[in-house]
Amino acid sequence: MNIMIFLLVLLVLAALWAVMTSLLLRAAIALALTSIILTVLMFEMGAPLAAVFELSVCAGLISVVFISVISLTHRLPLKEYLDRRKNRIGRFWFLPVLLVIAGLAMFYFKQSFDMRLPAKILIADVRVVLWQLRRLDLFGQIIILLAGVFGVLILFGGSKKNGN
Amino acid sequence: MTYLFIFVPFILLVILNLLPKRLRAAAFYSTLAMLAAQVVFSPFEFVKPAQMEVIFGFNLIINNLSVILLMISGLIAGVSLVAGWATLKDDDKKFNFISLILLSVIGLNGIAMVKDVFSLYVFIEATAVATFILISLNMDKPAFEGILKYLILSVVASTLMLTSIALLIISCGSLGFSDIRAFIYPSGGTIFSQAAVALFICGLLIKGGLVPFHGWVADAYTSAPASVSILLAGIITKASGVFTLIKFMTSTLCFTTSIMDMLLFVGALSIVFGALAALGQKDIKRILAYSSISQMGYIVIALGTGTPLGIFAALFHFINHAIFKSQLFVNAAAVEEQTGTRDMDKMGGLAQVMPVTGVTSAIASLSTAGIPPLAGFWSKLLIIISLWLSGNFAYAVIAVLASLLTLAYFLYFQRSIFFGKVPADLANVREADALLVSPAVLLSALTVGIGLAFPFILKLFMRQ
Repeated sequence: MNIMIFLLVLLVLAALWAVMTSLLLRAAIALALTSIILTVLMFEMGAPLAAVFELSVCAGLISVVFISVISLTHRLPLKEYLDRRKNRIGRFWFLPVLLVIAGLAMFYFKQSFDMRLPAKILIADVRVVLWQLRRLDLFGQIIILLAGVFGVLILFGGSKKNGN
Repeated sequence: MTYLFIFVPFILLVILNLLPKRLRAAAFYSTLAMLAAQVVFSPFEFVKPAQMEVIFGFNLIINNLSVILLMISGLIAGVSLVAGWATLKDDDKKFNFISLILLSVIGLNGIAMVKDVFSLYVFIEATAVATFILISLNMDKPAFEGILKYLILSVVASTLMLTSIALLIISCGSLGFSDIRAFIYPSGGTIFSQAAVALFICGLLIKGGLVPFHGWVADAYTSAPASVSILLAGIITKASGVFTLIKFMTSTLCFTTSIMDMLLFVGALSIVFGALAALGQKDIKRILAYSSISQMGYIVIALGTGTPLGIFAALFHFINHAIFKSQLFVNAAAVEEQTGTRDMDKMGGLAQVMPVTGVTSAIASLSTAGIPPLAGFWSKLLIIISLWLSGNFAYAVIAVLASLLTLAYFLYFQRSIFFGKVPADLANVREADALLVSPAVLLSALTVGIGLAFPFILKLFMRQ
């Protein structure tokens, strides 16, 4: 239980870092770190398949995409960077406060309600769920991916045409 | 048959993308034919008992509600396709536009036929992703600003909906509409299921652009290419917002007092805010965007009565709004194409040089304002009657008064663009291309036809 609390605190800190840092590259690394901690938590909570997905897609694939895109951008001049960093901390100071309030509220709710999943869901085989019961959703996700592919083709093709 | 509405556009999309570039003109005709077939064949499912099909593991249902969305999405996507073919200049852009329309149609058809909340969410997201790309088709700065606002609010909506799905599976043990209904009706369910329903509805209100979640609507509609605005305003935001709301509420029967009060309040707020904001606009598309927010309010307020008459009125206004708002955006596209501007202060007297666009725009404006015997009059009348009969007298009065505001801003709209003298720099303007005029004529004919045939339509629905 103690390790879980430690990991949860780390998770929250990494997520806060991702939102509050003023450098895109650091934000992407912090997001990857958040995903890795979440992966460990998922393993601890007995959801290995979800953990593998989280690690490969969120911590792996998405971080690669983010870092590739960031490598295409230019760095800000030092003065502008320092100004923005100052403004950013000024703008987002309330986030940690909100987080503490939300944490306390969640703790209260956990005491008051039973949030366990119904037994029939817990015993369902994940392969049956994914490949048989939720096949329509997989098709929907293929459509989302295809739309994303068109997005990349249009946006990158367009910027190449414009010479940007 | 049901699964064809999802598979045919998908197969067509794959085939079109495999065709060599010189055969790409076929993309327009084949997609138009497919959409026409969807409009013609989907009514055959109407008046039949609801059918369920499990093919390839796809668990779908087709009922009268699905048929309405299938028909309207086929019609409006077809209109948008024709307008896009007329207004987009670049061949590659035209082809990408067609591919994205097909992806949107798959998403919309999925929304019409799914039977559980998670699949509904997936198809709403599929439609949204295709829409983001469609808006950015012109690759200009305003489009990216519009899309960013849409994206941020969409992410908020998705978070609310996913949280709701998690709470529903914890409390109800299943995500199927029938299982959720069995859990929450008539007892009202647990605090978790009530919170889940409220969160899902909030997500849908954001997707539909209702006040106070309307921040993205005007920017997205205005910055999108003309043909995309037709699709966006006519069907996409309505299907993933208010139509899904109607489907979710009628499928799960979650008409609790607090939910109905929330819908009545949000509906009234949207009606009044949208109409007041439309009054102060100078940009054609912006006035139509705020008018859209106001009309969405009418649909939500009718649904908030929770009565069969209110639900019918909401659905009927959804159909009418899709038709007349798409038509107004077609007219806006024709005016922008011919004059090169969207600023109403720079226009005037265009009815003399663009008579068909002028007349069709007048028909759609009068229908939106609820003038008899046009289609919009009947749906607004039913909304007001349903509010009155359910004891919501104050809301009924707000709906009537806001209708006068609608008439005011549409009179201003017509006067600024089509009446008066033609400015010297627009003296050479001519009627728009036949590809932009013919959809406007078709939609106008539907507005008049539905208005005149209303007793028959009412009888058809009453029999169900």
